[in-house]
Amino acid sequence: MTEIQAPPTHPLGVVETQYYTFAVDEPFVLESGATLSPVTVAYETYGTLNEARSNAVLVCHALSGSAHAAGLDARGQPGWWDDCIGPGKAFDTDRFFVICCNVLGSCYGSTGPSSIDPATGKPYGLRFPVVTIGDMVRSQIAVLDHLGIEKLLCVAGGSMGGMQALEWAAHYPERIRAAIPLATTARSSPMLIAFSEVGRQAIYADPNWQAGDYYGNGKRPDAGLALARMIGHITYLSEESMHKKFGRRLQGRERFGYEFETEFQVESYLRYKGQVFTQRFDANSYLYITKALDYFDLTGNAEHPQDAIQSLAQVFAGARHVKFLVVSFTSDWLYPSYHSREIVSALTAAGADVTYLDIQSSWGHDAFLLEVETMTGLLRSFMDRIAQEEGIAPPADVSRPAQRPAAVPVESLPSRENALWAA
Amino acid sequence: MTLPELSVADARARLRPDLRLVADFIPEGASVLDLGCGDGELLEFLVRYKGVKGRGIELSEAGVLACVRRGLSVRQGNLQEGLADYPDHSFDFTILSQTLPFLDDPEMILGEMLRVGRRAVVSFPNWGYWRCRLELLLTGRIPQAPDLPQSWHQKPRWQAFTITDFARFCRQTGIAIVGQAYLAGGRPMRVPKFTNLLSTTGAFVLAAE
Repeated sequence: MTEIQAPPTHPLGVVETQYYTFAVDEPFVLESGATLSPVTVAYETYGTLNEARSNAVLVCHALSGSAHAAGLDARGQPGWWDDCIGPGKAFDTDRFFVICCNVLGSCYGSTGPSSIDPATGKPYGLRFPVVTIGDMVRSQIAVLDHLGIEKLLCVAGGSMGGMQALEWAAHYPERIRAAIPLATTARSSPMLIAFSEVGRQAIYADPNWQAGDYYGNGKRPDAGLALARMIGHITYLSEESMHKKFGRRLQGRERFGYEFETEFQVESYLRYKGQVFTQRFDANSYLYITKALDYFDLTGNAEHPQDAIQSLAQVFAGARHVKFLVVSFTSDWLYPSYHSREIVSALTAAGADVTYLDIQSSWGHDAFLLEVETMTGLLRSFMDRIAQEEGIAPPADVSRPAQRPAAVPVESLPSRENALWAA
Repeated sequence: MTLPELSVADARARLRPDLRLVADFIPEGASVLDLGCGDGELLEFLVRYKGVKGRGIELSEAGVLACVRRGLSVRQGNLQEGLADYPDHSFDFTILSQTLPFLDDPEMILGEMLRVGRRAVVSFPNWGYWRCRLELLLTGRIPQAPDLPQSWHQKPRWQAFTITDFARFCRQTGIAIVGQAYLAGGRPMRVPKFTNLLSTTGAFVLAAE
């Protein structure tokens, strides 16, 4: 493989992943009752923790993400939320100390099914215990304790990252000041579970999976994992975005071949996405993390939406001091907007301070990473407000324009009535 | 912050005149829910200069984004669906400025405002203004409200009513008017007489009877 030279201009430069290992003597007890020992969490940090240790922001990744959220890794690849984390960006690293932890069960450095089981000296495979979103959050708490951070300024994430943010708000509200759950839900829907299961079945059906014991014997369930990922990608897009992105265009040919080769661009895209995924992800991790998604339900298994809102409001009762920014996207059918509105209703009923926006977008679930301009503006304004209200000093660099003008002259406001008053 | 702050008087003077009427009804330190808060001009003034605990509801994406840019806490939502999430009397004041003519169910929304807020402040353009009357009489056309630029066919659709209509409606639905202020041509009316004829906008403080 050729080394990609890191462009020297990236303001965060090359960021090194760090590792914290705990539960060495005392095992980590999981929500299921099973235990894990030891536990390692891979994490990265950007920016500097202030003296009061009050400027820490935890960003949580989605299903296939890693601790590498910003800056460049050793191969020169930018992090998964590089658009929003860095000097002068929404999560301004001149002002905030940003942390991202790889989730339990993953394959990017935190303990997961591909880690070595100390009892056998071999990778866990399916002997790895099933983990939950709650377990992931408690492993993050261990890292924060290790870093000496008692209270986060903010916890933020989209999709599964948003579930983690909600889990923080529901169960550890005393350790956060603000939360930003994006394109997410307080409980996995049956449809979400259905797609998870189809993805898992694709992996089980691959003979190379070998009941999870494929490590080191040269045969990996790449076909199954690729298929699972292809299904996943369909759910992250929308009908409209597929039209925009691919249309009915053919890939590398002029006319139909009347054969079973890859013909349409959309087929080629999905195959490519599936194939590259097998080079970077572990099939067993996919099984475990989708299982964690499926179990997630803060409503205590409420049947009716109104019951769900009521029990959610009770779950969030301790979070009334927390300031929330909830965002959904109009074309997201995997985590539809009404899921976010349920969260917002519950938080409102609980008396929390909630800002909510359903952003017009055609990009489906992927929008939370793709609607860069709107998201950057929104996150940045919200973080400015939180920082100001919590007394976090603005960055020393005064050359950057101030975020909020002292007052907006009447003439510059675009509202409908001003046309008249100004006249 | 190191940003230069305006004095309260200067900031108040910069408010749109109808919003100034509403702002003057809100005491310092009150809690306020502004319904249809638009770009947040009023709410920002109340939060920054009157120490109000302010929240907003706004339908448009552009409005919500503008409010967040001002550092406000605003939910996107549709007032026509009511305020079901908000507990009874969870705010000192609910505000509805220049929005009532656009809503389908005034009785529902005013009822909700007085359930969620101890008091409600409502402002609206007055179609009883003498020029409106004259316009209908002389031209045979439905007059635009003095401070709404829309014609009858434009969206969002509005329903014309007068201050007298509103006062009557309040009596019929058991709502008490406990405060009032008026604009005439963008200026506050010092002597509020013949208000339905002479004022372009009315602002009222309401309480449940």
